[in-house]
Order: sequence, then C-alpha cells, then structure tokens
Amino acid sequence: MIKYIIKRLIYMIPVILALTFVVFTIMYFTPGDPTAVILGNEYTEEASMQLKQELGLDKSFIVQFFNYVKNLIRGDFGISYISRAPVSEQLLGRFPNTFKVVAGAMLFCVCLGVPIGVLSGTKPYSLFSNITMIIGLLGVSLPIFWLGLLLILLFSVNLGWLPSSGIDGFPSLILPSVALGANYMANIMRTTRSSMLEVIRQDYIRTAKAKGVSQRNVIRKHALQNAMMPTITVIGMNIGALLGGVVLTETVFSIPGTGRFLVESINKRDTPCVLGCLVIMAICVAISNLIVDLIYAYIDPRIKAQYSGGRS
Amino acid sequence: MEDTAKKITTKKEFFKQYKKKSRLQEIWKMFLKNKLAVIGLIIFIIIVLVAITAPLIANYDNEAIKINVPNRLKSPNSEHILGTDELGRDIFARIVHGSRISLIVGLSSVAVALFIGGAFGAIAGFFGGTVDNIIMRCMDVFLCLPDVLLALAILAAFGTNLVNMTIAIGLSFTPKFSRVVRSAVMTVRGIEYVEAARAIGATNVQIITKHILINCIGPIIVQVTLYVASAILTISSLSFIGLGIQAPIPEWGNMLASGRAFMRDHAYIVMAPGLAIFITILSLNLLGDGLRDALDPRLKQ
Repeated sequence: MIKYIIKRLIYMIPVILALTFVVFTIMYFTPGDPTAVILGNEYTEEASMQLKQELGLDKSFIVQFFNYVKNLIRGDFGISYISRAPVSEQLLGRFPNTFKVVAGAMLFCVCLGVPIGVLSGTKPYSLFSNITMIIGLLGVSLPIFWLGLLLILLFSVNLGWLPSSGIDGFPSLILPSVALGANYMANIMRTTRSSMLEVIRQDYIRTAKAKGVSQRNVIRKHALQNAMMPTITVIGMNIGALLGGVVLTETVFSIPGTGRFLVESINKRDTPCVLGCLVIMAICVAISNLIVDLIYAYIDPRIKAQYSGGRS
Repeated sequence: MEDTAKKITTKKEFFKQYKKKSRLQEIWKMFLKNKLAVIGLIIFIIIVLVAITAPLIANYDNEAIKINVPNRLKSPNSEHILGTDELGRDIFARIVHGSRISLIVGLSSVAVALFIGGAFGAIAGFFGGTVDNIIMRCMDVFLCLPDVLLALAILAAFGTNLVNMTIAIGLSFTPKFSRVVRSAVMTVRGIEYVEAARAIGATNVQIITKHILINCIGPIIVQVTLYVASAILTISSLSFIGLGIQAPIPEWGNMLASGRAFMRDHAYIVMAPGLAIFITILSLNLLGDGLRDALDPRLKQ
C-alpha cells in the first residue's frame, strides 16, 4: 500500500507542473503592458523598463516560467500588481474560507446523497424512491447561483433564519454549502441509486440471501461495498466541479474566498493573483484526486493486491 | 375471390410482424416509450423555436434593450407578463432574446469541443499505444482543472467576447469529449467491417471518418446533448460573475446578476431568468438520459 501511495505522490509532481505550465501559458498571453497597470499615472518609458527588469518580465517566456516554478516551490507566488503585497499572503488569508465552504458542501452531498441513494436503490419502486428520483432529476439541472439566490430569498429575506452573506460562524456556512452541494448531491444520489440497483441483481446477492443472511446484512456487507465504487468515482470527479462552483457561491454569498479573489483579480488585470488562485485550485484538485485514488485502492481489493505482493 | 383477397392481406400482416425494423426505428420506439425524454424533447424544440422566432415575439431594440426608467421595476402585469427590470426593460422580451445567445454559444462551443476533442480522441483510440498514451496524459492534465476555471483563465487572458467565450467553453470541454470519443472508437475498432475496409485499401483517415465514427455516433450524441446543457450553464455562470456576455445584451446569467441587487423587494426579477436556465438544462438532461437509455442495448427488454 505504501508503495502505491509513493507512486501516486510521485505521479502528482509532473501533473502539477504541467498544470502550472498550462495556466502560466494562458496567462502569459494577457494583452496589455502590466507595468502600465502598476505605474498608472507615473508611467514613463524608463520607469516601465526598470520595473520590467525588477519583475523579471524582460526575460523570455521559458525563463519566466522556470523562475515562477522555482519561487512556487518555496511557496512564493509573486507580488500582486495592484496592492504590491505578496500573493501568497492574500491567498493564505482567503483559502480557509473557500476550504470551509467546499468542505461543508462535500459533507452535505455525501452525508445526504449516499444514504438516500442507497435507500432508494434497495426499494426501487416505492414512493420514496420515486420522490428521490424526481428530486435528483431537478437537482442536477439547478444552476448553483440561482439556487443560492433563491435560498437567500427564502431563508434570509423572508424567514430571517440565516445570514445571507459573510462567513462568521456555522450558520453563515449553511446556505453556501447547500447551494454549492445541491447539484452534486443529486448527482451522487442518482449514481448511488443506479449502482445499488445494478449490484442488487447480481448472483452473489442472491447467494447471500439464500444462505440466510439478513436483509440488513446483505445490504451492508455485500451490496454496499460493491455499489460504492461508482459513487466514489463521482464524488472524486465532483471535487473539481465543487472548486469551480465555489467561484459562483462566493460571488452570491459575498464570501471573501479564493474564488471571489480570482474574479476580482481578473477584473483588476492582476495577473500574478489570477495565476496564484488558479494554481492553488489546480493543486487542490490534484490532491483530492490522489485521495480518491487512495480510497479506491483501499476499498477495491484488486488494486490493493497489485501492490502488496499478492498477499492481500 | 373474397376469400383469397382476405388471405393475402392476412399473409401480408403475417410477414409484417417478422419484418426486421431498422436500428433507428427501434431506437426511436424505445425513446418514445420514455415519457420524460419525450417531454424533454418537446420543451427543447419549443426553446429552439422561440430562439429562432425571437424577433417576431418581442422587439429587440424597443423592448429588450431600450432603457425606460419611468417604467422600472414593474411587477408582472398584463402589459409586461414577467414585469420589467431595474432599467424598465421588459423581462419577457429579454428572456426570449437571451435564449438566442445561450443556444448559439452552447451549440457552437460543443461543436468546437467535439471537433477538437473528437479528433484527438479518435486518433488516440484508433492508434492506441504511445500515441494514445501521450494524448490522453495531456488530456488528463486539462481534466484536473475544473472546466469553469479553465474557461475563466482563457477569458481572463484573451478578453471577453462571444467568439472567445465559445472557444473558451469549447476548449474546456475538449478533454471530456476526447475521452468519450476515444472509448467509443476503441469499442468498434476491432470489429470485422473495419478489417474489411482496410482489406479493400481504405486509408486510416477514411476508416476513422467513414466507418468508425459513424458507428459510434450513439454515445457521442448522448454526450453532446448533456454537454450542451453544461455549456449553457457555463455561459450563464460566466455572465453571472461578470466575465461573460456584457451588460446591454440580454443573457440569462447577466440578467440574474443585475437583478440581484433588487431581489429583496422584487423577487420576480430573479425568478424568470433562473427558471429559463433551469428549464433549458432540465430539458436537455431529460433528452440526454432518454437517448442514453434508448441506445443502451442492455435495456432492450
């Protein structure tokens, strides 16, 4: 297992490097002279040249990229064009808020999506199952930002139960997490339900029933473990989507997180900040993919066997 | 006489029931059995018709664009069935015209993704080995970046306009399409008719375009339907955060963004555009799910 973890960790390095390269290349094409943005009214040809030298912008693309990566390894994301503060500081201040929202949404969709999917899959034609199917169908089509606005209208404006913006304390996390997670909850629910339906028709389930295992244990020990594989894949794929959706959620709920910082930086043409946000989000996706792979390996004995020298 | 005539008709009927239906008819029949999918198809056709006939339904310049401040924030009434927005423009007219942008950008960005992703996927799936490895590892890297973020990055670098938006969304969906096409190609690659085509001297390009892609079109169509839905969602998401379609042009996402500030007292202002996005995406999702089930040979019984 350790061998597998190490292998996956090493595999992550080129992925992150390549991602950084992609994002760096895209941002390199930003039109306009960044020194004009920084200097504003004090713009002169000389000052611009000097600043370019200072920031290393006069070097070739490849050199600039290598310098960026070299600094990145030391945790240095460069300096903001606008505020002149280190990007890493600003990211550090905002990332925890994003993490809270994403973790909340994750918790919401896994804790609700999986059990409802399992229940609905074990009793396929019941009223409960039909209702969850309809909710699932509507849920996957709901735009995050519209749901967010509707939640604010209902719970903040009309009922006054929960705050509509900001991020202090648990109550302010509820609406953003639900808005962000609802879509993926529906997705997870539908996947769990259909894989549960598929598993329950298998021969080994009939065998287990035939040898007298109780319904509860058939579900828990035989069906669930096999049905979880597609669910975990979908959960893993959704982490990336959640990080994309966080941009919208933070805009709707005015949360000072990485997503909103990204949008603000794009509007201000603050390239180092945009780059920093994108890189940090890409690293998050890469790490969560790794975690999903490890969970996968832990659950699936076929993968485990490959790396434990056949002892498994 | 009468007797023989009767016999013939019954004979015809007798053979009719054994006559083999074409695959397409079979799929269509399966599709029609799925009521939700048919509803999705009907709704989507209505949306397309609305988009095509938008100028006949509402006047673009006078109702959807022209600012009419005395008329602002009117709740739905007989003159403005969905009310007016913060600048006095008719929301219904704006939604009708907004459908055009959503559909055009949605469809063309998926076309971009299908063309580029499909080409890479087909090459990877057809040749396999090292080519496959290189292409798919590159696609994996792109897949790590959430598609909204990739589109955002491209728009941030190249500026926001309709063409850039189409390309940005198209490129952000490219890796997904290359995967779909690749796996579809791999399933038909080994079948005899490919071998037969090669035996009569067809070139690789001919084999891929004429024989392979035609035969794996089913799963690709399903994905196209579902991704048009996500593309439309991405357009309105980008416009909502102010990086997509810009202000005077009506688009569902930017209608929500500008109406947001007034929703506390005028909730209707965010209802209609949101519902428009929701219904469009729902119809495409229903359609896509229905097509998938209809094309799945395992579900024939």
